[in-house]
Amino acid sequence: MTPLSAPALRLLVLLAVLALTVVFFATQIPNYLDARLFNRISTSVAVILPVAVGQAFVVLTRNIDLSVGSIVGATAYATGGLLGAFPDLPPLLVPLVAMAMGGCLGAVNGFLVSRFALPSIIVTLGTLAIFRSLLVQFSGGASITMASLPAWVPAFAQANALSWEGIQLRWMVLLALAVVIVAHVVLARTRAGRQFYAVGSNPDAAAFAGIDLRATVFRAFVISGALAGLAGFLFLSRFGNITVVAGLSWELRSVGAVVVGGVNIFGGSGSVLGVLIGATLIDLIDTSLVRWALVSEFWREAVLGFLILGAVALDALLTRRLLRRRARRSLPGARPALAPSGEARP
Amino acid sequence: MTALRERLTSWEGFLLLVLVLLYAWNALASPVFLTLGNQVNLFQLSIEKVIVALAMTFVIINGEIDLSVASVMGLAACSFGWLHGAGVPAAAAIPLVLLLGLACGGFNAFWVVRVGLPSLVVTLATMIAFRGLARVLVEDRGIGGFPAWFNALGQKPLIGPFPFAILLFFAMAALAWVLLHRTVFGRQVTVIGASRAVAEYSGVDVGRVKTAVLVASSGVAALAGLLFAARVGAVRGDVALGFELDIITIVLLGGVSIFGGVGSVTGTVLAILIVLSLRNGMALANLTGHIQSGVLGVLLILSVMVPVFRGWFQRVLHRPEAVS
Repeated sequence: MTPLSAPALRLLVLLAVLALTVVFFATQIPNYLDARLFNRISTSVAVILPVAVGQAFVVLTRNIDLSVGSIVGATAYATGGLLGAFPDLPPLLVPLVAMAMGGCLGAVNGFLVSRFALPSIIVTLGTLAIFRSLLVQFSGGASITMASLPAWVPAFAQANALSWEGIQLRWMVLLALAVVIVAHVVLARTRAGRQFYAVGSNPDAAAFAGIDLRATVFRAFVISGALAGLAGFLFLSRFGNITVVAGLSWELRSVGAVVVGGVNIFGGSGSVLGVLIGATLIDLIDTSLVRWALVSEFWREAVLGFLILGAVALDALLTRRLLRRRARRSLPGARPALAPSGEARP
Repeated sequence: MTALRERLTSWEGFLLLVLVLLYAWNALASPVFLTLGNQVNLFQLSIEKVIVALAMTFVIINGEIDLSVASVMGLAACSFGWLHGAGVPAAAAIPLVLLLGLACGGFNAFWVVRVGLPSLVVTLATMIAFRGLARVLVEDRGIGGFPAWFNALGQKPLIGPFPFAILLFFAMAALAWVLLHRTVFGRQVTVIGASRAVAEYSGVDVGRVKTAVLVASSGVAALAGLLFAARVGAVRGDVALGFELDIITIVLLGGVSIFGGVGSVTGTVLAILIVLSLRNGMALANLTGHIQSGVLGVLLILSVMVPVFRGWFQRVLHRPEAVS
């Protein structure tokens, strides 16, 4: 019998944590486990999920994209405005337009980060403010309202693919799951996908292997922007009303989902299946804290912060132990290599 | 002669030129800009940010970053409000809040120095967590009604037209200059940022210096949070939200390298004056806060490209022998 691989073990642990969380809240909140819980969490995860998957591509290459919240807001607003002006646009075209707009904004990030070798956290902190101010500038502070949209847009968010005893599986949820599956296949099974891992796990080795580092990082940011654009469309469809604060601070939730889902913040390892579980876990805790009588709902943000810190620390410790074990196995008595951060203490 | 020439063609010289042009532009655009009242006002409205920028200069030169400062400011202001609401006298609450700030810095430093995580990730997480704690303390209320002497610290002129907070900034700027450029500690901060390995082999206690810098950063942020509470006279959960954008922009614009090892307090002070007069000029021109943030975002990206520009700039201005 072969032992489970480390990534598979990781996913199982995450699933166990998710199950324990459900059980815990079920004992705390009356009538917790019902169809409404599933419906509510699945739709709300569906909107954030594309953003988190895109973030995973960027994080895999050792970067971070803090501008996604502003991209969601900007594309939701622009798509809404476009539909207000041209209500007869074919429905299949609209999400593609949203993705193209998001992809262009992502390309700005990707260009600045890959061309000038600037730290992505600073660049995207800047574009976070720039994209949001563009949105404010173009909207003039006005909102998009449900009434200005063609009827199919809000209807799409409500449409069920399957319905059974009150449990509803929305088309929107299936779309988000399709994004996860496609991303998983690309990352796990294609050459282009493996390059993201290679660049993040060891850029020098990747360059020697003939991988174009700049192009790979650029691609990751474009994917992240395009998926944030898709999320912008889903946001528009689900909420109908878009103000200038749409998508505010979603970058933190997406980073949270990615890191809690086991993608290594130092790049190079993790899977989008983990991101799916991470996003679900965060949303579950978020929604449940609101309903939990013992603790004020204002704990949500603090819990998210400590959850991210805990996940990152756990990841670093596990990686370090793995490296030490490998070093011991290959060379008895050898000292472990540097920690992934390169910050190991002397 | 070469020394003077180098000084004039340095990054600080360039910043000085930008500053003079900006002041001239603003003075022409608005007659009130150059009045002493407006200048004091310009400083007073952003005094908390610029105080934190001084501490952030040390953090970034040290090769680290602290994204949690704005949340520590918020947490400090909110815990002061919470203590006030619980009946603790302000004179006792102030040291407690400052201690809390130092503890926040100690928490960051534990994960960075002891566990060995990058400060970028740690302070991104604590940015969310400390902000969350601030919201837990005050929920969605606003807390005010602080004693008059406390509010006076942020509002009333103390000496001439200058309130306490501005005088404190001048004192801290002088202290920061001496500390960074004239003490062993300052040299250690710089050498660690330039090359950690060299610092270690030279016998510098890297962990202790990094801890000191991160703890000081949060401590100063807590002080700034208290000044914010005093100036505004009330606190809410979103105090200082997003201030890290301005603070990091100022420091990087001042010529501090994001990769550590390079930077000066003079550069930061010049960048402070540039950003403040830019914001003031935009406000006088009736631009909204969101647009101002967008301009700051552009400035942030330009300033992180300072090393790129600095390279071009010196290649144009210096002959090869002057560079070495």
